[in-house]
Amino acid sequence: MDLRGKKVIALGERDGIQGEAIGKVAKSAGAEVVLEVTHCFV
Amino acid sequence: MSSGRVKVSGARNFLAHTPGLVRYGSKPTREIQSSDTAEAEILAGLRGYGQAAAYLPNVAYLGGFPPDNMWDVERPWYNKNGEYSRRHPYGEIMPEDEFYGVMRAGDDFDLLWLEESFNDEVRQKLLDHPYWSEGDLERLDKGTPLSQIEEQLAPELGNLPMYLQSGRLIGVINRAHDLDASLFSDVLLENLATKAAAVMATKTLLGDLGVEADSIPYIINCGEEAVGDRYQRGGGNLAKAVGEVCGCTAATGVDIKAFCCGPNHAIAVGASLVYSGLFERVLVVGGCSLAKLGMKYQGHLNNDMPIIEDVLAGAAILLEKQDGEGPIIRLDSVGTHPIGAGGAQAKILEELVSKPLKKLGLTFSDIDKYATEMHNPEVTEPSGSGNVPQLNYNLIAALAVRSGQLERSEMQAFTRKHGMPGFSPTQGHIASAIPFLPHALEGISGGELTRVMFLAKGSLFLGRMTQMSDGLSFIIEGDG
Amino acid sequence: MKRTAEKAGTEDLIVLLGTPNADSTELYAITMTEGDPAWAGALAGVALGLPVYHVTENEVKSQVDPDIYDEEIGIAEMVLEIDEIRESAKSVRDRVAAATT
Repeated sequence: MDLRGKKVIALGERDGIQGEAIGKVAKSAGAEVVLEVTHCFV
Repeated sequence: MSSGRVKVSGARNFLAHTPGLVRYGSKPTREIQSSDTAEAEILAGLRGYGQAAAYLPNVAYLGGFPPDNMWDVERPWYNKNGEYSRRHPYGEIMPEDEFYGVMRAGDDFDLLWLEESFNDEVRQKLLDHPYWSEGDLERLDKGTPLSQIEEQLAPELGNLPMYLQSGRLIGVINRAHDLDASLFSDVLLENLATKAAAVMATKTLLGDLGVEADSIPYIINCGEEAVGDRYQRGGGNLAKAVGEVCGCTAATGVDIKAFCCGPNHAIAVGASLVYSGLFERVLVVGGCSLAKLGMKYQGHLNNDMPIIEDVLAGAAILLEKQDGEGPIIRLDSVGTHPIGAGGAQAKILEELVSKPLKKLGLTFSDIDKYATEMHNPEVTEPSGSGNVPQLNYNLIAALAVRSGQLERSEMQAFTRKHGMPGFSPTQGHIASAIPFLPHALEGISGGELTRVMFLAKGSLFLGRMTQMSDGLSFIIEGDG
Repeated sequence: MKRTAEKAGTEDLIVLLGTPNADSTELYAITMTEGDPAWAGALAGVALGLPVYHVTENEVKSQVDPDIYDEEIGIAEMVLEIDEIRESAKSVRDRVAAATT
């Protein structure tokens, strides 16, 4: 699975790994982030 | 910056057991609308007052059992029923009928009609309550005939029937406007309930401490309700409305909103107002979150548990000028989550925990207890939401490791020593750090605790105006 | 979610999860592939069929700058049940692959 050139939906959780953090990580792997969401489990 | 010491004179927690209102929680409401079987399932899954009052996390929340001792009580907790009390050191668990009475007592617009015999029953019960007197209960002078209540329930009128757990119809919440969604009956129900919970927490605090209501000059409300109309959906200042019912005739107020981080912001701001000398004392209050009743009920029923999100909560805190006695909040210990910190967990925790500790020359272990997101894991785990307090404690321990103050092998012992099992109802802002306030104050006054850090978070992203979360922390310690 | 998937086109679209435990990882993975599993949610009956990975899986981690990974994710990795989470995501992918072959 190659992230380079792919489009990413980042689904995070507030007390775990937030959407923005996933987005940064995906970008560094060469992906384009089309959606960043963070959920709140409580 | 000076150390800014402000006395935290007292804190109280309040619970109302409201099985009859679970149907009006956000998730139950939607499920009842979309499924033929949901209503019956929910009603069958409700538990009685005795069980809710005996429920260990509720008892701990009200000061009847030390949270720390919950480490040694094997789960599940929900099936350990036994003796129960209504009143504990930090508050009471009020039965639903009286809570409807409290809602009515604070109802200036005749939104809530109570059936006449029920009205008289609860009026008498509230007269027997130590913190209610005849003068407070004018709105309960007379109820409404059942026939008129039934007329109000014609479907096109948009009003909501009020039930007890038994199924007895005891009233109706009337919408205040035909077209303004902010004044529909569901919103008004939510707001009246929040007001009532905040009123009870306030009355308990002032009554227990023997503080005159008219000695309060400023009230800050930090709940998650939205009081308004179509032109200003979140206009607010429920603080002042709560103060009115409680006899705080010298007070004005304001609402501070920050999702679940509201209370911590409110305490920091309130303490600053006292420290500045603007007000001698400030009352911080937060009512309940009716929307969160039965939020994870499906997970509970699927695991053969009763619906344990059947309580509404409230909290009240009194801040006063430092006087050399009693626990204080240190304004120089406030940690914030600045916008530039982004969404990286490590960075957020660094701002909220590491930075304040470093500034005060403290180590992670110098904090006896951390009060974080204290949600009862028995509520959250059955629906896959995990153990939120434990996750947060693990993160603090991991931060300590990354700061070189702890070995990885010591993480578990650290969380056990400096953390607690979650015991708070999942009532939004109520669960964020502040459930442990009354316990911390008593522990510090009694010498068992030296220093407690209160660390709250807020999910701002839920409102779709920003991707960010929020957070604020402060330390409370002994004075001297 | 559905709106984004439709707008972006599902070719080349990948979901990365930051869920903190195995249960929620499974739930979200199933939702993004087969549609809402248990109840009537926003994605009920909508099989997006998107590939789903947890951000801590090696397939993802190996492609990320290690400093950035550590800064954004490092601390979470220390406290989450990473093995269970990875297994959860992988098992949903395997199930979907088996069902479509």
